Parts: sequence; C-alpha cells; structure tokens
Amino acid sequence: MLKRNPFRFLIALATMVTLMIAPAHARVEININKGNVEPLPIAVTDFLQGELGQKISDVVAADLKRSGLFAPIAKSAFIEKITNPDAAPRFEDWKVINAQALVTGRVTQEGDGRLKAEFRLWDSFAGQQMAGQQFFTQPENWRRVAHIIADAIYEQITGEKGYFDTRIVYVAESGPKTARKRQLAIMDQDGFNARGITNSNDIVLTPRFSPNKQEITYMSFEGNEPRVYLLQLETGQREVVGNFPGMTFAPRFSPDGQRVIMSLQQDGNANIYTMDLRSRTTTRLTSTAAIDTSPSYSPDGSQIVFESDRGGRQQLYVMSAGGGGQNRISFGDGSYSTPVWSPRGDLIAFTKQSGGKFSIGVMKPDGSGERILTTGFHNEGPTWAPNGRVLMFFRQNSGAGGPQLYSIDLTGYNEQLVQTKGFASDPAWSPLLE
Amino acid sequence: MSRIHAQAAGRMQSFARNPIMIALFASLALAACAKKPMNSAGDLGLGANAATPGSSQDFTVNVGDRIFFDTDSTSIRADAQATLDRQAQWLAKYPNYAITVEGHADERGTREYNLALGARRAASAKEYLSSRGIPASKIKTISYGKEKPVAVCDDISCWSQNRRAVTVLGGAGM
Repeated sequence: MLKRNPFRFLIALATMVTLMIAPAHARVEININKGNVEPLPIAVTDFLQGELGQKISDVVAADLKRSGLFAPIAKSAFIEKITNPDAAPRFEDWKVINAQALVTGRVTQEGDGRLKAEFRLWDSFAGQQMAGQQFFTQPENWRRVAHIIADAIYEQITGEKGYFDTRIVYVAESGPKTARKRQLAIMDQDGFNARGITNSNDIVLTPRFSPNKQEITYMSFEGNEPRVYLLQLETGQREVVGNFPGMTFAPRFSPDGQRVIMSLQQDGNANIYTMDLRSRTTTRLTSTAAIDTSPSYSPDGSQIVFESDRGGRQQLYVMSAGGGGQNRISFGDGSYSTPVWSPRGDLIAFTKQSGGKFSIGVMKPDGSGERILTTGFHNEGPTWAPNGRVLMFFRQNSGAGGPQLYSIDLTGYNEQLVQTKGFASDPAWSPLLE
Repeated sequence: MSRIHAQAAGRMQSFARNPIMIALFASLALAACAKKPMNSAGDLGLGANAATPGSSQDFTVNVGDRIFFDTDSTSIRADAQATLDRQAQWLAKYPNYAITVEGHADERGTREYNLALGARRAASAKEYLSSRGIPASKIKTISYGKEKPVAVCDDISCWSQNRRAVTVLGGAGM
C-alpha cells in the first residue's frame, strides 16, 4: 500500500559540516516572544549554479516568509549579483536595500551522484558571517535540504529550533459531505510532496505521529469495527492496537513512543486506557460514567490532559500518568475539548465551543492564562509544531464545503492557509526529522 | 434539565422532521405513484404500498428506521419512544434480522467527542429496544460520530436531522 518510505532520506542526510568555526556575535535577532513582531528583512539569493540552486533558495525564502518572522526581499531589488558564495558580499549593497540578513549558497553534484548544498548567513549591518553549513543528500531530496537550511537560519536568528524540516499527517477528504471519502495522507509542512498512505474505502480519523519511530497511530472503521491502529510508514504494515471489547478512538503516543493512550467506548461511557507496545498490556486510567477522551501526555510523560463531560459539559482535566489526581483545569465559559500538550510543556492547546463559535486557544497546564488564538464558525483539533511556537488546526466553514488546514502563531498572529489538493482535517505535526 | 429541554424541542420536531421525510421518501413515493398526501411526520404511510410486509423497506418506510435527539442529549424523546415502540413490535414479528443501531452526531462538536456521543445515542436506543423485549444480545451498535451526516446546511433544522440513531437491518431477515 505504501509506495515509498517518506523517511528514507534520513540516512542519506547524514553529513552536516559547519563551515565556520566561531559564529559572530549576531546583532540580527528576533525576539519571538513579543507577539506581533516586525518581520526581519532578509535577502535570500539564488544558490549557485542554475535552476536547482534557484529552486532551493525559493523554498528557503518561502519557509522563512510563512513563519511571519522574516520578510524576504524581492530578488529584483538586489544590487549585487553573488558570483562567489564563499567570499564576503558587498555589505553596502545589501544595507542600501535594508537586507539585515543575507543568505548565499551553492549546490553542486558530488562524484558519487550526491547533492552538496552549502549556505552562508551574513549580518549585513555588522558586516559578518553568522553561520555557514553544508549538507549532502540524494538529488531528489532537494526540498528537504532547503527546509534544513531554513531551519538553521531560523534557529540562528531567533534562538529557537525551527520546524520546517517536518511533515504533516492528516485526513484527506473528498466528495460531498453526505458521502465523504477519507484517506490518510502525509505531506511536507509546506504542503508539498503530499501522498496518500491508506486507501479511501474506510473512514479513517485522527492520525498521530510517533515521537521517535516511523510510525503513526490512527482510527479506522475497517470492517465496520472502529478501532485504533498502528501503521508502519516504511512497510505499510498495519495492526489493531489491543484486543478491546468495543470502539477504541482518540489515540496518541506517549512521549517515549512506547505506549498508545486512547479511549475505549463501552455502552454509553468512554474511558481512557494505555497499551504498552512491547508487553501489549493494557491499563485503565479513568473509570467514570462519562465521556473521557482526547488524552495527551505532557512532554516529560508524567501527566495526561484529557477532556471529560463528567461535570456536565466537556471540560479539560489533568491527571498523573498513572491515572491519579484527576483535576479539572478549564473553567471558562463554554466547553473545552481536544487538549494537546505543547512539546515545550508550558501550554495546552484546545478547541473551545462557546456562543455557537469554535475557537482554538491555549492555557497553562494549571488552567490559568487562557488565550484564544482564532475564533469562527468551526475551528478544531490543534497540533503543535515541534518547537511549540506554531499550531496547525482545521477549519470548516458553514455550508456544503469541506475543511482546510491553517497554521497560526502561538501569539495569535500570522494565520496561514496550508495548501492541500482537496479538503483536509485532523492535522498532526511530526517531530523534526533530523 | 434535559427533560424540560426535550419537551421544548419536541414541539419543534414535527417541523424539523418533515424535510428529511420528504428527502427520504420522495423517490419511493414517485416510484409507487403514491396518491396519498403527506400529512404528518408521525404518519409514515407515504410509501406504504411500496414495501412488502416484513421487508427492510417495510421497516424503513412504515415503521421508521431512525430517531432524533436534542443537542448534546442522548435521552430518548417522546416521539422517539413511539418510533422505537413500533420498531420493537415489528422486530418481534420478524425476528430473523441482524440488528445494528448506528449512532450519529451533528457537526457542531469535536470529532472524538462526537464519536462517543454517537455511541451513547446508539446505546440509548439499544437499551430502549431491549426494554421493549428485543434481546440486547441481538443488537449491535456502532457510532459514526459526525462523519456521516444525512443533511447538509448550516442551521438548526439540518443539524437536528443529523443527531440520530438509525436501526439498520441485515442478514436474511424474512
């Protein structure tokens, strides 16, 4: 079923050499905690030589622009034409067009057929190189190299890890609402290289990445038996998770990738269980006559946030990883669902229903500091970029259309449509691929 | 609280239910050249002549294969009780069908919660049927959450048609 292994090039990308020994004290920096930051003007020049170099620089510029933190300058405004990316540029030419940072680079083919991509990041106003690295890969992985370079630039200037060399697994939807076809699909975070990884015969929902393996967990209605599955991305091999006497749903991995946590439906009640993937033993964590679902671990694995309607409406609760000390944390107006713990541990993202609107918001793990990032007819199902700075979710407008994916900064700024070929829902962000 | 709610919405239901009946049976009515006018949602006699007694079509058309729920509620409303009573009588008369109750939710909820809500609705309907003499062991349930709407629009009349439990017959039956 799976045509190719999307993670195969991990191995090919083994080599990464730092071109410069001592990075300069960068003056060019962005404080991404500030909220609505003024994007940093940056000039991303075409990598030498030829069409591929140009394509790589375009992907780098697009990543940086979409982050909302950088404003790539139009190439038509460039004065200096870079002919030797190893030599210092004429900084004056770049200062004139207010390019505070400048990226130069080169791609060459090695004797063994591999692609070698090098880049240098310059601080125009300080007149210094800030970073320089080179990467080797197979030529078909050129987009990944571009994303890795964009991550390096992002990290150098913001001080935070990037998130461009990542993928999104999601539910690709097609057809009318009353006869919707769904299949799992995977794509690069910028919407490129999308491909289906299941057929569209059965309803499939809520795919989630393993934190450390080439594996996803999801729910499928295969054989009219709604169950949680594991899918090996390399081999396409699938298996049902656990031998439960009813519908299992809302799966997620534990941060160490060793367990799947999910809900089991029995009659009118849903309770939360984990299954250890090595021993195959299952453990029941909640035991109420309520709907307990959407569990998500804290990044250190010690706590679990979930939603429950045990108090009437859906609210968020936090418990210890063993199921003890179940405490409600959401107390605002409306109901709260689909909590997801940030990879940084500092926040929990959620869907909130209030006043007929669906919002995406964040709160601290103790329930304080609630902030709504976006509100509308229907926004649902946030997922965190691995650096905990950006969220993706799906939005459904009223009427007969279908859902689409959007990303938004933690600050609530920089909302962006994520291009997909058809309708898309249930996005889940991968860890950094490196 | 949900009881009061159920009554208030109960007045709405004949209103809310008519459109789906029209949608469901219009084609049947045409096929059967039915002359009988549609009078009320309770009277499902529209396509009465079209179905062989004891057939699954008979069940769908003359008994009513689905019940509807109030927002976020899983309690069986008075109108739904009447439908389930008819279902139970019919299923007792024709006991050889495999029975699956499908629970559904409207689109105004999150995906995971709606899966559980649909399951609760199916469980409510199953429990009611079993209280009317259909062995619980004969009734399978499945929830499709909000994934299989029958009506598409963006207002209450349509969402109310999607909050449903549908009794689906399988096997040889007759």
